[in-house]
Amino acid sequence: MTHKFSERVMKAVFFVAACASVLAVALICIFLFTNGIPAMTEIGVSDFLFGQKWKPSNKIFGILPFILGSIYVTAGSVVIGVPTALLTAIFLAFYCPKRLYPILKAMVNLMAGIPSVVYGFFGLVWIVPMMRDLTGKDGSTMLTASILLGIMILPTVTGVVEPALRSVPTSYYEGALALGATHERSVFRTVIPAAKSGVAAGIVLGIGRSIGETMAVIMVAGNQTWMPQGLLKGIRTLTANIVMEMGYATDLHRSALIATGVVLFVFILLINLCVSALKRRSAYE
Amino acid sequence: MSREKVIKTTGGKKNPGRIEAYLNLWKRHPGSAFVASLVWLAALLTMGVLIFLVSFIVIKGVRHLTPDLFALSYNTDNVSLLPALINTLIITAFSLLVAVPLGIFAAIFLVEYANKGSKMVNLIRITAETLQGIPSIIYGLFGLLFFCTTIHWGLSLLSGSMTLVIMILPLIIRTTEEALLGVPDTYREASFGLGAGKLRTIFRVVLPSAIPGILSGVVLATGRIVGETAALLYTAGSVAKVPDSLMGSGRSLAVHMYVLSTEGLYMDQAYATAVVLLVFVLVLNGVSALIARRISKASTGN
Repeated sequence: MTHKFSERVMKAVFFVAACASVLAVALICIFLFTNGIPAMTEIGVSDFLFGQKWKPSNKIFGILPFILGSIYVTAGSVVIGVPTALLTAIFLAFYCPKRLYPILKAMVNLMAGIPSVVYGFFGLVWIVPMMRDLTGKDGSTMLTASILLGIMILPTVTGVVEPALRSVPTSYYEGALALGATHERSVFRTVIPAAKSGVAAGIVLGIGRSIGETMAVIMVAGNQTWMPQGLLKGIRTLTANIVMEMGYATDLHRSALIATGVVLFVFILLINLCVSALKRRSAYE
Repeated sequence: MSREKVIKTTGGKKNPGRIEAYLNLWKRHPGSAFVASLVWLAALLTMGVLIFLVSFIVIKGVRHLTPDLFALSYNTDNVSLLPALINTLIITAFSLLVAVPLGIFAAIFLVEYANKGSKMVNLIRITAETLQGIPSIIYGLFGLLFFCTTIHWGLSLLSGSMTLVIMILPLIIRTTEEALLGVPDTYREASFGLGAGKLRTIFRVVLPSAIPGILSGVVLATGRIVGETAALLYTAGSVAKVPDSLMGSGRSLAVHMYVLSTEGLYMDQAYATAVVLLVFVLVLNGVSALIARRISKASTGN
């Protein structure tokens, strides 16, 4: 009797534990939206989303500069990071000498584990001065942030793409070789097209990491509130806006920052949807 | 002996052969050779960046690791990182204490109890996936709104830890799930066959054989906690001392480093803190790799 009882109790306990993640997502949505949406409506949704000026002291809250800032910096990091990451994944899957593989794999994992504040610090003490010397102007720019983020998404993209490449049946590769294709042609023309959903999932995941990155960007991007003015000018992202001002913001200013978080959150949810759809597709392939 | 020699000599010949093949490739398929060079270049670049970053910080930072940095309390003379280090350990311990059992239980439900494909299981999967993609600043905002403000824990180690619990929960659930799925069904059947109940089977048979996998997840989670900044800045705060209780505010090592490097007054100490953080990450990565190797050895041994 007691035996059966404890079985039941524990099953209930396991179930409740499993529901924790559902509860967490629900709470996050509720708290962000109920705290952010009212501010958005008070400021005016279009004034908030498409306003070009951010002057909290004058109660002007337009976050278009930061939305564009996030998009530009992310795009830059994709241009810099994704080709390198894809080629690195291809290297690990098809070129790497067997003996080197465990070492390189460990290095990619290490790269993924380095805290973003350390990347940011590296950007601050090395990339920023270097850019300053190269351009003769301020080194904290959109380009600097893009380079740093490009480095940071390398392990993320590689980590997803490499298994996707490996999961393609070897018969594809061998078939191409048998038809007289070179190693490169076999890999690039048969294996990669076959793994395209996995590759796309990796890229989108990289985009998500890039757009959500906070500390590293703050340390190298300059954080000016103006509209983006070019590669070699400072820029502020959505994430940076929250961290820069949350420390002292009150009232509507604070709510506007939370609303900034809501906009970021919606971006992230859309990206998440893409990733899981692509992952599902690559599982079917 | 002779066999070894044969392998060695062919291995010796293989290398010049590889370079020759590469040169031949340029002659016969310049396109392919170009692509191959790009692939090698990209891999070299990736590894080069990592090696450069780590050695740059370590070389410039190690000499600033003075005993002063490990003084018991922080002041502007010694800029001690010890309080931040202790706070980090407290936050890590407390977050793991809550998240690990929760995550393991959730995974047990998903693997051992739930019928696959039921709506509830799908919902749990989707939410766990969603949590994994949320950036840490969003967790920080939520922690600020929920733990600090709504339930009045204020800026405290407790608020910070609970925020991190939510952040690492999906990681622990996923790795535990994988570890549980890796336990062969014959183990469970044998245990049932001996008359053990489901609960006893899970705790005495399934969990013990899944421990290495679970452990590697815990190590990964520890790494994320140690390096976390954005989620802690506005939940645990940035006071540079060890608080009297969990309800007090205190900065973690990563937050400490952020504050030092944005203030710009103590760059040497920031370098040293970066070294300490890197050492943490290196050790944790090493441990997790070691566990992973043991798992793969065990599975090939079977």
